[in-house]
Amino acid sequence: MEPSKMEQEQAILTSRDNFKMLRAMVGISALCGFLIVLTYEGTLPRVERLRAEALEKAIFRVIPGTSTTEAFAFDGSTFTKAGDNATDIVYVGYDDLGNLKGVAIEASGQGYADIIKILYGYNPEKQHIIGFYVLETKETPGLGDKIEKDKDFLANFSALDVSLSDDLEKIVNKVVTVKQGTKQNPWEIDGITGATISSRAIGNIIGESTLTWIPRIKKNLEKMKRNE
Amino acid sequence: MSEVTSHSTEAKVAPSSTDEFIKGLWRENPVFVQVLGMCPVLAVSNTAENALAMGLATAFVLLMSNILVSSLQNFIPKQVRIASYILIIATFVTITDYTIQAISVELHKSLGAFISLIVVNCLILSRAEAFASKNTVGKSIMDALGMGGGFVFALFCLGAVREVMGNGTFFGLSLFPEGFQSWIVMILPAGGFFTLAAWLLIFNLLQQKKSKQ
Repeated sequence: MEPSKMEQEQAILTSRDNFKMLRAMVGISALCGFLIVLTYEGTLPRVERLRAEALEKAIFRVIPGTSTTEAFAFDGSTFTKAGDNATDIVYVGYDDLGNLKGVAIEASGQGYADIIKILYGYNPEKQHIIGFYVLETKETPGLGDKIEKDKDFLANFSALDVSLSDDLEKIVNKVVTVKQGTKQNPWEIDGITGATISSRAIGNIIGESTLTWIPRIKKNLEKMKRNE
Repeated sequence: MSEVTSHSTEAKVAPSSTDEFIKGLWRENPVFVQVLGMCPVLAVSNTAENALAMGLATAFVLLMSNILVSSLQNFIPKQVRIASYILIIATFVTITDYTIQAISVELHKSLGAFISLIVVNCLILSRAEAFASKNTVGKSIMDALGMGGGFVFALFCLGAVREVMGNGTFFGLSLFPEGFQSWIVMILPAGGFFTLAAWLLIFNLLQQKKSKQ
């Protein structure tokens, strides 16, 4: 049976409507895509520069006396100067004369609210952790975020003992957080009452990270010292 | 609520552009009167700086999406209008996200996930649907500036109170002498509810007084 005239008109009408809808969605999508790519490309260089600057500032903070830094990547057995897409990176800080002042190591772990990302400085001569900085945290304002602000807590990280055994394989005493006011040994972190979980998390993150990184760094120190 | 109020003003004489601007700032303030966009209002108003940045970001997205929606109103068939609006809003949110990253890493860190959540801020979609899709570009700009300004104002009111009481600072500057015990609950989520309730109370008292006169 032939479709009636009205039905034919209806069909033409819907197909025109469909075309309009399609045109609107495709047109808007194309415009939006263009705008997003434009902004992304436009802001990318500055965003990358700001990130690099923020990291460098953090490195200067955790290794006092640094004036230049160099990234080294660990390839499973030894360290080489890091390329663009390298993973497992540590940052070595040198003073004006090119002497090695310390090594900055990134580490992360579960905090109270979310993953906490930190940077800490290691002095291979003294075998101490000499600086600590929180890179990323979502800990509770006023409570958990004391790990960034509390002066007494931050004082823990001016000389935290991470000495290695004589064969350079193991840390003699793993770093731990203890209850506030009960710190007795140089490898203990004095915790924060009111931020128990967050301050313990910092102890765990540093404890675990130093177990793997400190022996690696100490064994390959000569290469880093010569900056090659 | 927004529907009712905006219709009642439109029903009177055609409102002037300044009127479109003023109504968002005060009479139909998106937060204190329409109670829209509560998620960022409560979450990102813990310091004056965060509140101001979040308010400005939202106002920018609102302005740009209002402009685009009102200029494309004849191009968008009504069946796909919501999808189109969301697409437009999401685009400007993404642009804002990149721009804030390029301005300051710190700021981006403290606003966190709430930047991308501007997409679902009902204030912006409601202005696109209730106003921009039916009015000229010029009027939509005035409407967006008014509503955006009202949103910034409201967020700032909350942020300032919460920062002063909860942290003892204003824009990071210490206000109280050393040893001041700040009222931490004010910068925690609960403080957001307390402060919002207090402001709503003040606003409603003012309006009641006015209507009695």
